[in-house]
Amino acid sequence: MNKSELIEALAEKINMPIREAGSITNTLIDTMTEALASGDSIEIRGFGSFVVKEYDSYTGRNPKTGQKIKVSPKKLPFFKVGKELRERVNSHQGGKKSARKK
Amino acid sequence: MTLTKADLVQQVYKSHPLMTKAQATTSVEAFLAISKEALISGEDLLLSGFGKFNVKDKKARRGRNPQTGDELTLDARRVITFKPSGILRDKINSR
Repeated sequence: MNKSELIEALAEKINMPIREAGSITNTLIDTMTEALASGDSIEIRGFGSFVVKEYDSYTGRNPKTGQKIKVSPKKLPFFKVGKELRERVNSHQGGKKSARKK
Repeated sequence: MTLTKADLVQQVYKSHPLMTKAQATTSVEAFLAISKEALISGEDLLLSGFGKFNVKDKKARRGRNPQTGDELTLDARRVITFKPSGILRDKINSR
């Protein structure tokens, strides 16, 4: 599902014009982007959470040539799927419910 | 600081003057429900400018309990991965 399909489904679900649903979707994506850009994390119950991890600079290697390269410090967002969604995604595979404990 | 669903509702409410708070809440819930349904049905979710949520099937494999060293079988499972878009990565690194 891509963004425009999501917007269409949203418009239908909340009974609003596509334009409005698009604007809501953009607000949500912009708000989440803004939060991560300022280093904040995001926590949405039932869905998952995002955290920004900071990396110091390190010396890496080009895996193809083996050449050493310096990797500058960087930040990357990480997503951790929430418990409810993780379980529902997993129990949907092939219709078979695999009960794993942990 | 942590952004929560309540903050998302507040932002939608603030940036859409014609919407009531209840409508803002409903729309955020609907957005999340649609996203979840797509992933649960095994569909990937692509939010351009933000990132891509992929649904991946993992094969069963033998693993170990790292605490005891006991060998055990991990069943096949289905997981969600997230790959941030280049735009999101750039925005996070530009400050």
